Amino acid sequence: MRRIIAVLLENEAGALSRVVGLFAQRNYNIETLSVAPTEDVTLSRLTLTTEGDEGKIEQIIKHLNKLIEVVRVFDLTEGDHLEREIMMIKVSADGASRAEVERTTGIFHGEIVDVNENTYTIQLVGPSEKLAACIDALSGYQVVEVVRSGVSGIGRGDRILGL
Amino acid sequence: MTERLSGGDMLIRALRDEGVEYIFGYPGGAALHIYDAIFRQQEIEHILVRHEQAATHMADGYARATGRPGVVLVTSGPGATNAITGIATAYMDSIPIVVISGQVPTEQIGTDAFQETDMVGISRPVVKHSFLVREASEIPDVVKKAFYIAASGRPGPVVIDVPKDTTDPDERYEYRYPSEVSLRSYDPSPGGHASRIRNAVQALKEARRPVLYTGGGVVQGDASAELVAVARRLGYPVTSTLMGLGAFPGDDRLFLGMLGMHGTYEANCAMHHADLIFAIGARFDDRVTNNPAKFCPEARIIHIDVDPASISKIIEVDIPIVGHCKPVLAELLTLLEAEIKDAPDNADDVAAWWQRIDRWRMEHGLDHNQRERRGVGGSLLPQQVVQTVYRATGGDAYVTSDVGQHQMFAAQYYRFAEPRRWINSGGLGTMGFGLPAAMGVQFAFPDETVVCITGEGSFMMNMQELSTCMQYSLPIKIINLNNQALGMVKQWQDMQYAGRHSHSTYRDALPDFSQMVAAFGHVGIKVSTLDELEAVIPDIFGDRYRNDLVFLDAHIDPDEHVYPMSIKGGALKDMVLGRVEPSE
Repeated sequence: MRRIIAVLLENEAGALSRVVGLFAQRNYNIETLSVAPTEDVTLSRLTLTTEGDEGKIEQIIKHLNKLIEVVRVFDLTEGDHLEREIMMIKVSADGASRAEVERTTGIFHGEIVDVNENTYTIQLVGPSEKLAACIDALSGYQVVEVVRSGVSGIGRGDRILGL
Repeated sequence: MTERLSGGDMLIRALRDEGVEYIFGYPGGAALHIYDAIFRQQEIEHILVRHEQAATHMADGYARATGRPGVVLVTSGPGATNAITGIATAYMDSIPIVVISGQVPTEQIGTDAFQETDMVGISRPVVKHSFLVREASEIPDVVKKAFYIAASGRPGPVVIDVPKDTTDPDERYEYRYPSEVSLRSYDPSPGGHASRIRNAVQALKEARRPVLYTGGGVVQGDASAELVAVARRLGYPVTSTLMGLGAFPGDDRLFLGMLGMHGTYEANCAMHHADLIFAIGARFDDRVTNNPAKFCPEARIIHIDVDPASISKIIEVDIPIVGHCKPVLAELLTLLEAEIKDAPDNADDVAAWWQRIDRWRMEHGLDHNQRERRGVGGSLLPQQVVQTVYRATGGDAYVTSDVGQHQMFAAQYYRFAEPRRWINSGGLGTMGFGLPAAMGVQFAFPDETVVCITGEGSFMMNMQELSTCMQYSLPIKIINLNNQALGMVKQWQDMQYAGRHSHSTYRDALPDFSQMVAAFGHVGIKVSTLDELEAVIPDIFGDRYRNDLVFLDAHIDPDEHVYPMSIKGGALKDMVLGRVEPSE
């Protein structure tokens, strides 16, 4: 089962490498990973998605908690949460297909953020599923480049990951 | 008034303020400012080793015997990489050591400078934590944190990588050693849930076929007295992992011996048929469980461990208790005292259980196997050597070992009476551990008998330390079970590869060990019969060689195997008991 795990981590050199190293060392898979500082400059927030049964996820969370620089670990998928990812996708399009690409972009509530005579660059925000559906929808055109931010997530309402 | 010290002086002063007695180390370019600081002080003794791996094992042996962190100092590059095996050894067995490595100057990091290696990176998977010193001024704080992390919670090795510029003797800082440290992200003393402990007591009261399965966590957590009290109050059988030996007296009626791959018949059968297993500071290692799918099919499991990640990692547990063994067992004992009657409801069941266990012990216990083996041929058996050493030392020596058959014979036949006496590399299985570990123990306890039971294969992996033993006059007794082969490898080849001894023998290429140790100023004695052995033992453990390192080269039956041995892929009860397999 796919899980979104949020980690608050000391904003120190080398902390990220311990998290990534743990996954490699224990043969856990990371599907997406994003990390950035938070409103508290001493902390970074890392969001990762991984796959595994309950036992494996439990071990991942326990091992993350053992890392000295990890302050909090939170399995967002355990409760109500918002999930967002940003994608920019560059499609080569000319002639009649340009209108089609524009229409598809509209259907997905995407935004065309760059254009020239040969390409459109579309920006799309949403859960990973929506991004995947959009890539699918555009697969009939020539997709030349896709860049995705990796998943970020936050708990709904009173589900707060803080110190 | 605060003093102003250089980074190098602060580092050594901080170690002193931490109560460090010994540093095991080897100098080199990046560590020279630190070495100069060592030269200009008297309080801490530096032990000059011959190889950095040995330094880490010495610190490790010191830590295992004393419970206090061992300290290592190495230089950058090859000094650091040579230390890795010892760091990994300590990591696998949860031993607190602090390894300080010199590093190239900060401005040269990343330039492939001479003797540069990314020590923090290369050690990352085998440390509890590591630090790269960024400013000289943070050295006291980093040292304090390193010792705190190494020794608390589930202990483990910590690396401090120290770039040379941060130890510059010309740059001085105010020195103040922090009196305490707290890290917001680290809670080393999780409390066992009271309700879980009550559940455990209930399960123990209801058990009909209980076994206590104890591990290194009891030794590391200094919970031996509590374990003994709980086991005696319950009257339940106790078995121990390789790492837990000594936490429960080896000659006690309740003790079934070691369990697992080379565990006793009675311990493994008791585990397999148990209806309740009480795991205390043990981690269900593969050398214990054999096939996890067939592990103890009828048992409910209670598990105390300080590391939540050890619980339900391999085997799903019914009553998990996260906490240090000592306080949890103490709390459990209080409840037991209040709740267990003199004639408990399960008394008949437990008595019947003991009858089954005693039958297993009678039929195929180690003593039984020994009786059968005695007098066969004229050759010296490794088990006889260990038993002779056991009797000569009254079961009270510090015994280190290396890895292989001799390690298993020592674990089976030396019945440790107390914790911290049995010192071996259980998790990583590091050959070359025994001699340097014994040296660390002897430094910690100069007046105690320290025995290294080894094999010639393992011994040759760190025998350069004979020179260090000469320099510091260490009177270690080395018992070399010499079968002229890599015995455990050969045993597996006998049993699983139709006797094809691929690269496990070197019969014609062994030195005369007696002459070799004599060249280092030590005493070498060779024996090859039981009579010869018994003739020299009083000298080895008596006054004659009290102050000498003695190397007893015991030429043993080269074809002896370690039994019992678990059958691959089977349950715990599935064992080969000897050359001829008995029927089930």
